[in-house]
Amino acid sequence: MTTKKHYWNEYQKEIADDKYFYERSCIRQTFFPGSETAFLRMIKEELGKDILDVENQHTCTGIGFYTDIVPLETTMTIVARLLSLMTEAGYENYVPSCVTSFGVFSEIVDLWEHQPSMLAKARKILYDTTGRTFELPKNIAHPSDIIYKFREELKEKMRYRLVNRFTGKPLRVVEHIGCHYAKIFPNKGVGKAEFPHVLAGMIESWGGEVVDYPERRHCCGFGFRQYVVRANRGYSVANTKKKFESMQPYEPDFVVANCPGCTMFMDKWQYTIAEMEHKTYDKNGFGIPVLTYEEMAGLLLGYDPWELGLQLHQVQSERLLDKLGIPYNPNEKYKSVSGKILPNPEKPQYLRV
Amino acid sequence: MADFGFNISKPQSIDTNDMDVNRLQALEEKVPSFRSCISCGTCTATCSARQFGSFNIRRIHNLYRWDQRKGLEKEMQKCMLCGKCTLVCPRGVNLRSLIIHIRKALADKK
Amino acid sequence: MFKPLEMKEKEKASRSDESPKPREIKRRLKAVKKIRRKKRLEPEEVELPLQVAIIGGGAAGMEAASVLAAHRCPVSLFEARSELAVNVKNKYKIFPDFSDAGQLVQTMVKALDHPLITVHKDTEIVEIIQEPDAYILLDNKGVSHTVPAVLLASGYEPFDAKRKEELGFGIYDGVINSLQLETMLKEHKVVNSLGEEPKRVVFLQCVGSRDEKVGNHYCSKICCVTAVKQAIEVKRQQPDTEVYVFYMDLRLWGQGYEELYRQSQEEYNVHFVRGRISEAASTFDGRIQVKAEDTLLGQPLKMTTDLLVLMIGMEASPGTRKLGKACGLEGPYGFVRSKSVHLEDNLSEQEGFFLAGSCKRPMHIAEAVNDGRSAALEIIKFLRR
Repeated sequence: MTTKKHYWNEYQKEIADDKYFYERSCIRQTFFPGSETAFLRMIKEELGKDILDVENQHTCTGIGFYTDIVPLETTMTIVARLLSLMTEAGYENYVPSCVTSFGVFSEIVDLWEHQPSMLAKARKILYDTTGRTFELPKNIAHPSDIIYKFREELKEKMRYRLVNRFTGKPLRVVEHIGCHYAKIFPNKGVGKAEFPHVLAGMIESWGGEVVDYPERRHCCGFGFRQYVVRANRGYSVANTKKKFESMQPYEPDFVVANCPGCTMFMDKWQYTIAEMEHKTYDKNGFGIPVLTYEEMAGLLLGYDPWELGLQLHQVQSERLLDKLGIPYNPNEKYKSVSGKILPNPEKPQYLRV
Repeated sequence: MADFGFNISKPQSIDTNDMDVNRLQALEEKVPSFRSCISCGTCTATCSARQFGSFNIRRIHNLYRWDQRKGLEKEMQKCMLCGKCTLVCPRGVNLRSLIIHIRKALADKK
Repeated sequence: MFKPLEMKEKEKASRSDESPKPREIKRRLKAVKKIRRKKRLEPEEVELPLQVAIIGGGAAGMEAASVLAAHRCPVSLFEARSELAVNVKNKYKIFPDFSDAGQLVQTMVKALDHPLITVHKDTEIVEIIQEPDAYILLDNKGVSHTVPAVLLASGYEPFDAKRKEELGFGIYDGVINSLQLETMLKEHKVVNSLGEEPKRVVFLQCVGSRDEKVGNHYCSKICCVTAVKQAIEVKRQQPDTEVYVFYMDLRLWGQGYEELYRQSQEEYNVHFVRGRISEAASTFDGRIQVKAEDTLLGQPLKMTTDLLVLMIGMEASPGTRKLGKACGLEGPYGFVRSKSVHLEDNLSEQEGFFLAGSCKRPMHIAEAVNDGRSAALEIIKFLRR
């Protein structure tokens, strides 16, 4: 590997300091339930900041909008309603957990800036239907931006580092940024579009080594409408496959992503490709673990892997946990919140778990 | 192998690392004027076969350069060797000779 | 706009040489005319008593200096850098006939060895003050020079390819620009990132030109033929290396350029692909992977290469930008604006202020030399009016 210079551009994006209004993600709550809880815990307990997680929040319809099911006006009104929840609670800094949601909010706020008539329309529709009013957010930041901003502070509290304890070498990490994070408005992503720094910064601060491979910038293929319709799904999967084929020679220890769709894709499609084509991308047939950035931070802070929800991933993380030196109890892997041991999930035919 | 109801799409981008440069070189040695082609398309514009079919000599030679020979043999049969292309080429490429040699090369390296 | 003059203050501050006061200039020019008429001499037979200032010691500036001196007009040539003609010196062979750039510079510098030419190196003109019938130039050493005419020949600078992040210049070792390749060719050491002879070299045209993203819509004119020339030079030095040139258009307008293109294809087997490279990434074995579309086929392709050479365009130099703005002559993209591109291309809107060379627009060396020569003749016409 002769890429000596890593020019991960440090573009200073404006990220709010405190008093965050959190909006949960549709997919992440389902597939990575521990992540959002971990994030809230990190912000409240480790950093001592104020973050509000309201009960009556809802989807931003981003996924529906991009699948061409929900028209723009509807999405705009839903966004307005979410902002009204924020205004009602007295907050100004909007933090959407999902990258697509971040993209939707950035786009709609930008639209409202350039077309005040649309803003007026949104206000009117919201008021007529629900009697609510809203203010524009002062700052829209993605949770990964916030963790990036406070990565040094979190580092102080971390018990572990991204170092392979068997070899002593930094772990090789592939980072993947959601398309809606920086490709739409490069100025709204840390590091802009070509070499985004938001996850790379975290990895480097916490002792790991970022892997630059040829298809690093390639989309994971989520694509909304492409993936949702089964006949098109192969087209989506092909993109993730392309990424894995490209990263395979670098033998990464794990992948981290900040978008729910990307994390889900890169995790689940390893199972799909393994079962369909009998192919895995690591040496031993277990696949490459894919983590969310909250899971990565949470593990290093010493949170219990099963509370973080790692057992719900398709590609199992035990081997990574061993490398990190994080203890875990294999017997408690499928224990429910109430303490009951749930039956083990069915094992895949080809992918090893 | 599992069947989830879809097939994973194959990449359509030409991977130039897969091409066999010797094939092109051998052709260029037989038809040296081929090197001068600038893909201006005058040949295809005048081509008799292209008026009524898909035979596109400019496109075919571009594909051949990247060693993309799928379906080429069948296409090459459509040329009537009328010679109009060779008459109009501004760079003086001997197209009739080129076509004959591509046909031969495709037939030989089955 | 020109700064207003506080005569006494400026004079007190920094006067060191014997340059005359502005009022003097008009008087002296008139006196010369009188003498000439009295003695029935031709204009060229009388030496002008005043120096003309040339800002910029490049191809245009040097040629203008030697022509002015040949017409008995004293010249002060100011060059901000420590060497003259840096933009010519950093070339190896010049298209289309592969003349040696170093020898060309030597010839031009030798012509400056003339009693009427004074060369001031490491001297940057920081301020220009306009007076009736004269200009006062202040340089970075605090010296002021009062002259009847100024020639701005402050030239261009090559585009910084770091601004095209996606191409990996300054990030990956295998990505270089055309100037770095010139140096490699001069030293006969065209090597990849590992120091070995490259199996493949890929050229990419229009880097920093014809590109909205960097703000330069214009074409830099000389990069197409430079790539063809460099492709031939690479093949001459390393016949086994595969060479590909990725272009959007090939602009080979000059005499001998199209023939060079044909020669590169027929004799040297250089491959040309119509399609612009969108990104460069590093591969596992330290090579560079590029993605482009063969637009003639309508199919995307990817290629792994040892060396990616970016053909960088020409932009206005910092001196051109600064002085152009200060003198109210700023043109598009920071170049300077001449009075009219057809018949008054060496004149500017300020009387007595002349322009030559690539400070106006991208041009090749022969054109800059010609432009310097014609500017010199305009200056002489002006002074002997």
